[in-house]
Amino acid sequence: MTISIDSALGLHADALRLRERRTEILASNLANADTPGFKARDFDFAAELARQQGVGIRLATTDASHLRDATQGIPAATELLYRTPTQSSLDGNTVDPHLEKAAFADNTVRYQTTLMLLGSKISGLMKALRGE
Amino acid sequence: MSLERVFDIAGSALSAGSVRLNTVASNLANADTVSASPGDIYRAREPVFATMLGEQLGAGTTADAAGVQVAGVVESSAPPRTEYRPDHPAADADGYVYYSNVNAMEELANLVSASRSYETNVDVMNTTKQLLLKTLELGR
Repeated sequence: MTISIDSALGLHADALRLRERRTEILASNLANADTPGFKARDFDFAAELARQQGVGIRLATTDASHLRDATQGIPAATELLYRTPTQSSLDGNTVDPHLEKAAFADNTVRYQTTLMLLGSKISGLMKALRGE
Repeated sequence: MSLERVFDIAGSALSAGSVRLNTVASNLANADTVSASPGDIYRAREPVFATMLGEQLGAGTTADAAGVQVAGVVESSAPPRTEYRPDHPAADADGYVYYSNVNAMEELANLVSASRSYETNVDVMNTTKQLLLKTLELGR
């Protein structure tokens, strides 16, 4: 039986990378909470994860010179969306610090969850390797 | 690794925030300074924040990671507070003294807002540090 480390870890490695990315985006939003004209951004986590996993519609390629889908080959940059402002401000800034803080906390907890799941996957593999 | 970039982002916000706190402190300290002519008064200063995109933030960052920078410091053009006090040592020929155009109420509100933003960014940094340390322990 052969085990590929990638498939053994499942989607958790991709999820961790995306959570990391989201931490960065949310930190950008919080850092720019007082910048005039800054538009708060975020991405659809479930859709991005599905895209990274290669689920969904993609372009079929039968030749190396064919137009390539962004999901093939190197992982493409995440598709960033703009948040819809709940209370618009006079200077054009759409960051709602409370919403962003809540999203940041939520993202942190989910990051730790993914980390835990990844950790248990790894310790499971270690147990299997040792054969104890 | 994206998590390390969070330090650059939150760090840029902290440095911009400290400029903002500095101007507030300077404005409040000079709220009662006087001058003999309206042209020489201390004018309230305020920093102008601008988004700093990926490339400016440092090597290896993506274009959508955004930090903050201070684009400049502008001086308020509000008229000075004028008082008729002929006995004041800094009074002009007509007996008027000119105070700085700092609005203490505005500055205090600005101070609260600036310190909240600063705290938020410190929290972001602390949380990210914990996440990074936990990630390092992965698989142990």
